[in-house]
Amino acid sequence: MFPPIPNPATKPVPPKFGEQDLIRRSASRVTPPAQRQTEIAKLIDVSKCIGCKACQSACIEWNDTRPEIGVNTGVYDNPHDLTPNMFTLMRFTEWVNPETENLEWLIRKDGCMHCADPGCLKACPAPGAIVQYSNGIVDFVHQNCIGCGYCVKGCPFNIPRISPVDHTAYKCTLCSDRIAVGQGPACAKACPTQAIVFGTKDEMKHWADLRIEDLKSRGFQNAGLYDPPGVGGTHVMYVLHHADQPEIYANLPKNPTISPIVELWKGVAKYAGLGVMGFAVAFGFLHHLVMGPNRVTEADEANAENLTGGNPS
Amino acid sequence: MTNSWTDIRNTDLVVIMGGNAAEAHPCGFKWVTEAKASRGAKLIVVDPRFTRSASVADFYAPIRQGTDIAFLLGVINYCIGNDKVQWDYVKAFTNAAYLVKEGFAYHDGLFTGYDEAKRDYDRSSWEYEIGPDGFAVVDETLQNPRCVWSLLKQHVAIYTPELVERICGTPKDKFLKVAQMIAECSSPTKTMTSMYALGWTQHSKGSQNIRGMAMLQLILGNIGVRGGGMNALRGHSNIQGLTDIGLMSNLIPGYMTLATDKEPDFATYMSTRGFKPLRPNQISYWQNYKKFMVSFLKAMWGPAATAENNFAFDYLPKLDVPAYDVLRAFELMNQGKMTAYFCQGFNPLQAFPNKAKIASALSKLKLLVVMDPLDTETARFWENHGEYNNADPSKIQTEVIQLPVTCFAEDEGALVNSGRWLQWHWAGGSPPGDAKHDTWILAQIFLRLKKLYQNEGGAFPDPILNLTWPYKNPEEPTPEELAKEMNGYALADVFDPNDPTKKILEKGKQLPGFAALRDDGTTASGCWIFAGCFTEAGNMMARRDNSDPDNTGAYPKWTFAWPANRRILYNRASCDINGKPWDPSRKLIEWDGAKWAGYDVPDIPPTAKPQDVGPFIMNPEGVSRLFVRRMMRDGPFPAHYEPFESPRVNVVAPKVRGNPVARVFKDDMAQFAEPESKEFPYAATSYRLTEHFHYWTKHVWVNAVLQPEFFVEISEELAREKGIEKGGWVRVWSKRGEVRAKAVVTKRIKPLICDGKPVHVVGIPLHWGFMGAARKGFGPNVLAPFVGDANIETPEFKAFLVNIEPTTGPVA
Repeated sequence: MFPPIPNPATKPVPPKFGEQDLIRRSASRVTPPAQRQTEIAKLIDVSKCIGCKACQSACIEWNDTRPEIGVNTGVYDNPHDLTPNMFTLMRFTEWVNPETENLEWLIRKDGCMHCADPGCLKACPAPGAIVQYSNGIVDFVHQNCIGCGYCVKGCPFNIPRISPVDHTAYKCTLCSDRIAVGQGPACAKACPTQAIVFGTKDEMKHWADLRIEDLKSRGFQNAGLYDPPGVGGTHVMYVLHHADQPEIYANLPKNPTISPIVELWKGVAKYAGLGVMGFAVAFGFLHHLVMGPNRVTEADEANAENLTGGNPS
Repeated sequence: MTNSWTDIRNTDLVVIMGGNAAEAHPCGFKWVTEAKASRGAKLIVVDPRFTRSASVADFYAPIRQGTDIAFLLGVINYCIGNDKVQWDYVKAFTNAAYLVKEGFAYHDGLFTGYDEAKRDYDRSSWEYEIGPDGFAVVDETLQNPRCVWSLLKQHVAIYTPELVERICGTPKDKFLKVAQMIAECSSPTKTMTSMYALGWTQHSKGSQNIRGMAMLQLILGNIGVRGGGMNALRGHSNIQGLTDIGLMSNLIPGYMTLATDKEPDFATYMSTRGFKPLRPNQISYWQNYKKFMVSFLKAMWGPAATAENNFAFDYLPKLDVPAYDVLRAFELMNQGKMTAYFCQGFNPLQAFPNKAKIASALSKLKLLVVMDPLDTETARFWENHGEYNNADPSKIQTEVIQLPVTCFAEDEGALVNSGRWLQWHWAGGSPPGDAKHDTWILAQIFLRLKKLYQNEGGAFPDPILNLTWPYKNPEEPTPEELAKEMNGYALADVFDPNDPTKKILEKGKQLPGFAALRDDGTTASGCWIFAGCFTEAGNMMARRDNSDPDNTGAYPKWTFAWPANRRILYNRASCDINGKPWDPSRKLIEWDGAKWAGYDVPDIPPTAKPQDVGPFIMNPEGVSRLFVRRMMRDGPFPAHYEPFESPRVNVVAPKVRGNPVARVFKDDMAQFAEPESKEFPYAATSYRLTEHFHYWTKHVWVNAVLQPEFFVEISEELAREKGIEKGGWVRVWSKRGEVRAKAVVTKRIKPLICDGKPVHVVGIPLHWGFMGAARKGFGPNVLAPFVGDANIETPEFKAFLVNIEPTTGPVA
């Protein structure tokens, strides 16, 4: 049994990491800290998961979200997808193993993978809306988020969701608030079978090795760890019985990478874009000097009224 | 459980059959994953559906619901035929060698003594041959054709892998794989644990399902050992406590039984209890019955219970029928013979079969009192909720009183878990609104009743007027006071029976354990098996020391396990006849030449010599029973019977329908579909899902999010045949009612080929109703039949017949 995380202290404890531990900040430069924190990780052992959804329930409780009560669409997945109110989700797949002809019910807990090389952060144009700590946690900072949805496009796992209420992006925080005070993620705490465990990334890899050994002894020759190098590795990893076919687990990408569009946008295009913007600013200034400021006419006001249906908002 | 949740990690093989531990007991299931991860244990799941337990199993085999006995007797037959028997265990610790009386036999699905008109047996031939010395006659060679072993071999011989496949629909190769994996555990150093729950109990032969596995475990030598046992997974967090404390109409605390009206006086009552040993030197612990009973009566009526009045035995009611179980209660209500009903923490409109009958019965009541933390369907049975509860309030005269009570998290006290641990817990919050503790409400009712009797007299007011009520605040007894009373205390100084000058307990002190109980009125104990839980050393149930010397899984200082803080029952059987552990790596206790000692509290007198005294001290034989004599109504061995509503006739005994001695009320038989019914061709079963707990959590937003809406599950094959779409609406109906549901079409249910033809299974989860946060829906009990187990009347929720067709959604 993996040693459980001790119960919380009864007195407040100072946070173990914070602003000073950022190694990346969206659309900004940070000076990486001299002293890096030990990398942490969450290990999800799909072979131990019984699909009880205690993780989903703990996630709702801890983050105090209120997903809507939906309907049944002929499957066990509820809600049917990640939402701004549901940061993690059990995805159920009924898969017939062609080699044994046995049914395997593959149950994968979906959610943010906390990539070492995070596509969301790279795609984000809002300064400081997405940050990465030296321990590996990728977190969203809502007051900086502009709700543009680029993080959704940038994510190779299709994780972030934009709230129609406050127009900002939501996803699993890896319970950064709990981990900062020495606790594990809420989902790991709630998991009854230790299918979710939490610790340093090295510990998790070692623990995964033991699990893979056990699975191989039971005939799962391709059991392995999912820690995809295409995104620099992840801080949420899976033990899979069929690591050679991650896509059978509700389309877990075989070789996730950041979309070339994002790489382009943040690479060459970024500098080209800056050039275009500089030109636009210069042109605008010249235009102002020559033509004078823009004025709103009464006709403009009337058109605007019509567009908003008489509502000033 | 004979063992405990924590002990499951010691096993080599987990068999989940008649249950779905991962789904219904996810927290306890951690010990299965632990056994798999650390010991390399294997997990087998046998179930009509590929469940969440099956999703993490090493091997899954399908079975048609209600045919478990054929499967289990098939495995026993396999073990006997392949010499996979732990012989030393079977010979020394079971009744295999005992001779059965001439005259006992089994033919055409019936044992000797059947009376069709009474639907009952004359069980007199189901007994041992008794020798001139007054003891049962045994044949240690097991050669005598009348010995239990010979009779068992003969009884199971028909259950070949071919017959198992024909009845159960389990493909022969899968059955043989399971049988072979189980048979390996006949080695003294390999153990198997059986984890079962309502999938076995909720049949008209539920008790015999469990007997079948218990017999198999005895043949493999797996009872009393670490990682073995018969482990009933209890559903509600305190349902174990419910049975311990005797909350059945025919029980009193500590598994004692109420007298029947044929036992009008104490002497007659005692004459059929307190069994004499059937073999020399045996303990037969129930010989102490009188001590438990007198101490119970003293706890109830204190000074009013005297030797002269047989300790107020006459104050106890006498049963005129075997039991007033829930089915009988609702039958009587429906006949207008029961007119007031107290419903405490119970939602029968949803939880009991044939909802139409339950609703009709409730409508005939004069008074219904519902004590519950939730606004239950039962409390609202009179309210119209469209097709979900089509009641007409203008036609219902029942007065309904709802008394809001606290929920478990707002209470202090002990909950007894499946492993018999009495775990004390503390209130985590204050009750909302006007909610009151159940004890407060019951105290108020009692005090008012007493006053009425005092003022107005009555036919027989003595049991009420003389009831012991010693609580500091009579208006609300505290959990501590009640726990101390259940443990018991000395009413006078108690002396050592072997040395009457030696005082072992002073008047007024808490009892250290049930060994201190006396039958002369000097001790009181509300529930003898709990003795030791609250002693002079304090509240043992509140202990939270999780040390576990040598990692045995016993955790002896964590709370208190009844009896006597013993973690594994019959643990003397973990050693051979000479008192040495069968498996030294799994030592539990051991005979050191003078006494028994080890990690657990020995389940045998500490100085009882291993060759003399058998491990099954509660039985007058001192050994366990493969042949259960006359103690079960439906046979000394289990036999295959179909459910009352079955897609197949009984191939073993075509004339026998259902369990031949299960009680069926007159009007209910007419409401059962015929075997192999054309009108109702599909085999339905009901069950629970992880996302919900019974009918409670549909009131909770989060759980309602995780599983929002009522559905039924069917195979892709049936869906194709009937034109049913995944996520589409279906109508499912039985001879008793109909429901509308969403369809989950799944590969996890497959048609079973039984007797050459497919049987389609319709799975119906049970968590929805017309109250609460989740979407309104139906439950399977709109459809389920009104019949119970022949021995304890648990309804047959797990196997009945339905029809199904696509339909449209409800009109919004």
